[in-house]
Amino acid sequence: MKELMRFNINGVTYEEEIDHRRTLLEVLRENLGLLGTHKGCDEGQCGACTVLIDGKAVNSCLVLAASAQGKEITTIEGLAQGEVLHPIQQAFVEAGAIQCGFCTPGMIMAANAFLEKNSNPSEEGVKRAISGNLCRCTGYFQIIEAIMKAAEKMRKEV
Amino acid sequence: MKEELSVVGKGVPKIDGILKVTGKAVYGADFSLPGMLYGKILRSTVPHAKILNIDTSKALQLPGVRAIITGKDFPWGLKYGFTAITRDQTPLAQDKVRYIGDEVAAVAAIDEDTAEEALDLIKVEYEELPAVFDPLEAMKEGAPQLHDHVENNISAEQHLATGDVERGFQESDHVREDEFNTQAIKHGFLEPHASVGLWDPSGKATLWGDKQSPYIVYRKLAMALGLPQSKVRVIQTYVGAGFGSARSDPFALDFCSLMLSKKTGKPVKFVYTMEDVLVMGEMRHPYYLRTKTGITKDGYLKAIQVYALADGGAYSTIGPVSIALPAFFIDIPYRVPSIKYDGYRVFTNKGFCGSLRGHCIAQMRWALGQHLDMVCNDLGLDIAEVSMKNALHPGDQTPSGYKITSCAFTECVEKASEASGWKEKKGKLPPFRGIGMGTSSFITGVKLSGHNSASCIVKMNEDGTASVVTGATDIGQGSSTIIAQIVAEVLGLHIEDILINSGVDTDFTPIDPGTYGSRVSFYSGNAAKIAAEDAKQQLAEVASRIFETSPDEVMFKDRKVFPKGSPDKGWKLDALVRHTQHKMGKESKSIIGRGSYDSGVDFIDFKTGKGNISPAYTFAADVVELEVDQETGKITILNAVGAHDIGKALNPILCAGQLDGAWIQAEGQIFFEELLRDKKDGHVLNPSFMDYKMPTAMDIPLKNKHIFVESIDPDGPFGAKEVGEGASVAIFPAIGNAIFDAIGVRIPDLPITPEKVLKAIKKKSQEG
Repeated sequence: MKELMRFNINGVTYEEEIDHRRTLLEVLRENLGLLGTHKGCDEGQCGACTVLIDGKAVNSCLVLAASAQGKEITTIEGLAQGEVLHPIQQAFVEAGAIQCGFCTPGMIMAANAFLEKNSNPSEEGVKRAISGNLCRCTGYFQIIEAIMKAAEKMRKEV
Repeated sequence: MKEELSVVGKGVPKIDGILKVTGKAVYGADFSLPGMLYGKILRSTVPHAKILNIDTSKALQLPGVRAIITGKDFPWGLKYGFTAITRDQTPLAQDKVRYIGDEVAAVAAIDEDTAEEALDLIKVEYEELPAVFDPLEAMKEGAPQLHDHVENNISAEQHLATGDVERGFQESDHVREDEFNTQAIKHGFLEPHASVGLWDPSGKATLWGDKQSPYIVYRKLAMALGLPQSKVRVIQTYVGAGFGSARSDPFALDFCSLMLSKKTGKPVKFVYTMEDVLVMGEMRHPYYLRTKTGITKDGYLKAIQVYALADGGAYSTIGPVSIALPAFFIDIPYRVPSIKYDGYRVFTNKGFCGSLRGHCIAQMRWALGQHLDMVCNDLGLDIAEVSMKNALHPGDQTPSGYKITSCAFTECVEKASEASGWKEKKGKLPPFRGIGMGTSSFITGVKLSGHNSASCIVKMNEDGTASVVTGATDIGQGSSTIIAQIVAEVLGLHIEDILINSGVDTDFTPIDPGTYGSRVSFYSGNAAKIAAEDAKQQLAEVASRIFETSPDEVMFKDRKVFPKGSPDKGWKLDALVRHTQHKMGKESKSIIGRGSYDSGVDFIDFKTGKGNISPAYTFAADVVELEVDQETGKITILNAVGAHDIGKALNPILCAGQLDGAWIQAEGQIFFEELLRDKKDGHVLNPSFMDYKMPTAMDIPLKNKHIFVESIDPDGPFGAKEVGEGASVAIFPAIGNAIFDAIGVRIPDLPITPEKVLKAIKKKSQEG
């Protein structure tokens, strides 16, 4: 059954008739064309679909779209300001934290939620923060390095 | 005088990095066409059966269903495969199904849910046949036969003999024989297969998909669809990682998206679920390996004999290669005077196996690398010293005929020993701490059969940038960046001046074998270098007239062209390009550089194993130090050091990423990954990332260190050899040997779970 749903995503209001069974991931990708959020396992194990809901990192494949209404949703598309990358994005590019790039948006969103609350993290803390995000290419080392570098840069910017 | 490099050898960021961090790279499932239908595949629920009838009538009546196809909709009897004798796959099952998961029918509907619903309404009538899941059972006389033309289910076999192993063992002071087993694992890429097929009214079949080797897909599509190649076009999207033939081959979704498009007149999109991916082929071959090693008391290897049995699953794919590669790799990295190998790949009623990073070499090194440690321990020898004593050196020719050109294996062993504190630690660590060494050598561009050459086009643009069209496929390993660096270096440009195609389009990019066999940097990199040099030469000739000097006295640096020794008298490169385009009268032209490369080494002869399997060889020595928790059996890697002779690190950041990734992927197989199967019907018991566990950030070593040993290969582009695949091999025996050092028990069968470790510790303490 479809119902009119309203979402606040990256500061933009979207209004669509959506089947109430659809997940937030499906709505982002199929209805709203926000394809940067990736569908990997579709059961909350790989983290490729990570987005922020009210600043908290969640697997959007496990969230019913209907329940995300009235909340502030941030996807990878909402991070950069025009051509100016977010410090985490910039650090990922510079540190080689990207190979195939499929996990990258989810990984960056998870890192973003974490760094917002932990401006001076330990490596161990970073590992824990991204432990719900699989990456088969990098072996994680350069991702951790990128997040540590981003944290440093973000501290300086504040 | 050694010329200083400006772009090559630098850790420049990936050329597609910004698109990937902003979510703008278009992967398989992101690609759409207007008016698209959505497809779903029906899979076999029985392991081995004749298909008597498929009733699609009810499913066709479901509103929203547009078409359903079965094996009968494809040219009957037309099979695809790697070689003429291994063509045993059809797009959908035609007469028989051979494993639970084999593809039987496909639906196109207005949305995925409707297509899924329609699958439940298709009735397949099977006549079940006896099935076999164990390769040893499958080889026996009277076992259920998977393919009519293959006796005893021997999918492929390989035999090799150099020297005289019997005499070698007689001349040895110590000989021992042991058994090792490895398990099935999946490639573990995060992006499920996705493709969009469009069969247009002109008869052209175009496929967009996340393919690792688009030209392989293109050839096999043409083969099984019965089309001339010019009627097939494959356009590669961004690829959510590869690691082997599970991304190189076409699968049911590719054939079916096209055939359903032909039937409906609409583009058809398939996106597999992760369950599809984990159930279907391809996966890594499980191996049983029996190895016999003969060594003298002063540590010289005399003979190695191996019996190998690989569980191939239901179809051949590249089976003849899969069973041959372990044989071909016994020759490296040591001088072994006598080798004998007998290997069999066997069909079973399970998902089929193919190549996965370190294709069947990881399994072989798991056995041989530990076996070397075992004979060394028996004789009280140091594996590091024995490794150096038997090491291959530049100029060597192995018994099989491999020509060793650049080779810094000895240096790898020395550097890994130094950086890990090998001498201080080996045999001297406290109980339950261990250190182990593993070594390996890998090929750079496997030279087995078929198409090997690569080509490239470099077009100079009038703003001084260069557009590069390569046939190489970047699946995340960074070939686009490496190739751009090479072209920039040759033309004296900056990396941001290089534009490169982000994917292969079989109609318009130079034909290229694809991403496998560790060939891309070497073959496609060389082709790019030659193409850039061709463009440079053309520009130098024009400039030489302007500067009144000879073309080889024209220098290219920092976006400028100038006569040698007079950088102030130069032109900007963009001005020279425009001059060439507009101001040379009848001789005006666009500068288009062309380059093709083939190493020219001979194909290896599969019958004898003689030949030179690769134009260059990489070498590695890894040392791992770890700790075993005697209460839980959990292993923690404290330190991992790898010294890798990769010729030249074209981009140290990318190279380090390859080495990191290779290690952690290997670690997954070593410690916990395994595709589990039901013993009665062979179905996959853990077709989900909930139960198929891969390493997370919490599972990586506490410390790791890569040492690039740059031997500068004479034929590699700027001296480079492979980096991504060989690195996944030596880590296997390094960890196995470290565990033995820690607990004094050898665990020969992968994965090394805490349970196995605890059992081993317990057994050891009982034996006292």
